[in-house]
Amino acid sequence: MSQKRITTPLTEETARSLKAGDSVLITGVIYTGRDAAHKRMVETLDKGEALPVDMRDQIIYYVGPAPAKPGQPIGSAGPTTSGRMDAYTPKMLAQGLRGMIGKGYRSAEVVEAMKKYGCVYLAATGGAAALIAKTIKKYEVMAYEDLGTEAIAKLTVEDFPAIVVIDSQGNNFYEEGQKPYRRL
Amino acid sequence: MRTVEAKVITAAIAKLCIDANYYLSPDVYDALVAGKEKEESPLGREILGQLVDNACIARNQAMPICQDTGMAVVFMEIGQDVHITGGDLEAAVNAGVVQGYKEGYLRKSVVNDPMFVRKNTGDNTPAILHLSIVPGDKIKITIAPKGFGSENMSAVKMLTPSAGVAGVKKFVTDTVTAAGSNPCPPMVVGVGIGGTFEKAAFLAKKALLRPINKHNADPMYAKLEEELLELVNKTGVGPQGLGGTITALGVNVEYYPTHIAGMPVAININCHATRHAEIEI
Repeated sequence: MSQKRITTPLTEETARSLKAGDSVLITGVIYTGRDAAHKRMVETLDKGEALPVDMRDQIIYYVGPAPAKPGQPIGSAGPTTSGRMDAYTPKMLAQGLRGMIGKGYRSAEVVEAMKKYGCVYLAATGGAAALIAKTIKKYEVMAYEDLGTEAIAKLTVEDFPAIVVIDSQGNNFYEEGQKPYRRL
Repeated sequence: MRTVEAKVITAAIAKLCIDANYYLSPDVYDALVAGKEKEESPLGREILGQLVDNACIARNQAMPICQDTGMAVVFMEIGQDVHITGGDLEAAVNAGVVQGYKEGYLRKSVVNDPMFVRKNTGDNTPAILHLSIVPGDKIKITIAPKGFGSENMSAVKMLTPSAGVAGVKKFVTDTVTAAGSNPCPPMVVGVGIGGTFEKAAFLAKKALLRPINKHNADPMYAKLEEELLELVNKTGVGPQGLGGTITALGVNVEYYPTHIAGMPVAININCHATRHAEIEI
């Protein structure tokens, strides 16, 4: 296990250098988007239209933040379950999306698309939402404002902590990590 | 007959929504701290450390432990000698949820229709309300905001009597293993055994309200709780599903008489932030 600092935009080369089990600190811009935003983005693509945000070499964070109190950029902001985005993800990866941050398992189709396009899936600690919010310096809504917490926003982050769970070769740390401790 | 004004209930609910979301209860906090010492995986220890820090940040800065501030599940035990005045009870409860989620800057996560419309109601109502009438002239309110990362991993199964203890154990370990990283482990597992289909699910949810350092009063079920915790921690799932020996902080079991032909079992999984707050009026 090693700790790496990465900055965005995330190039294919950097994405391919990350290995399952690596601990990373992310600095730069990342985008938010979860269930309803994904549904809308894929409907947009299916109509042959462009996405409201260019996803090339970007990282998307599956989060629905709590409202910010006055003076804060954002409220608590931990990851949501990524698997709910699986149906939409291969189409997003085909758009050049380079990384995803969430929590929990991904489908075989997503892993195949990640290998094809050279992408990485990272987990943030589920529930560590107050701790993660401290690394988010700025929150700007970019699209789908009507979706409230599910809107697409641009986050400026400093040393956002995450763990590489599935790398661009398809190695899966949920599987590898659990094996040594399985005693049933 | 004692009278309680509906607006008193509203104010109590509002405060409980905020308290439950900001302040991790001491039993769960202590279990995270103890788990950090016991966890064998280095990455697991790092994650448990983050969760302890997170609970402290949330408490000190008065912000939600988790951004998923849940659907508000409200349990009320109403003394039969209480008369509620000045409004209807269910409306008073929902008004409390509206107020608490607004004033506490909590996320509104409820949609009006589960399948077709799915429009956010904007105020986190309606709440899920479980009422029971008890002796006395007091009202006990417990609020357990429930996030759906963990709720989605729950399960109900109609086991038959021959399944026995082994059947329950297998169902619990299979459910926890399949849930893996999704429900934000280390989790707290609520198990409801007996009753009917819906009673078992209710018992599983109710089990999550009991502090995890307090076993079931029945020694047979207390022993089952210990054995289930040990088994769950052998699945290897570990903190956040990244591997380790602390998959659950506690397993709470509640039971109820059932029919000669059945043994309903429900498992309600909660994340590490097993939130609940209560008050007696």
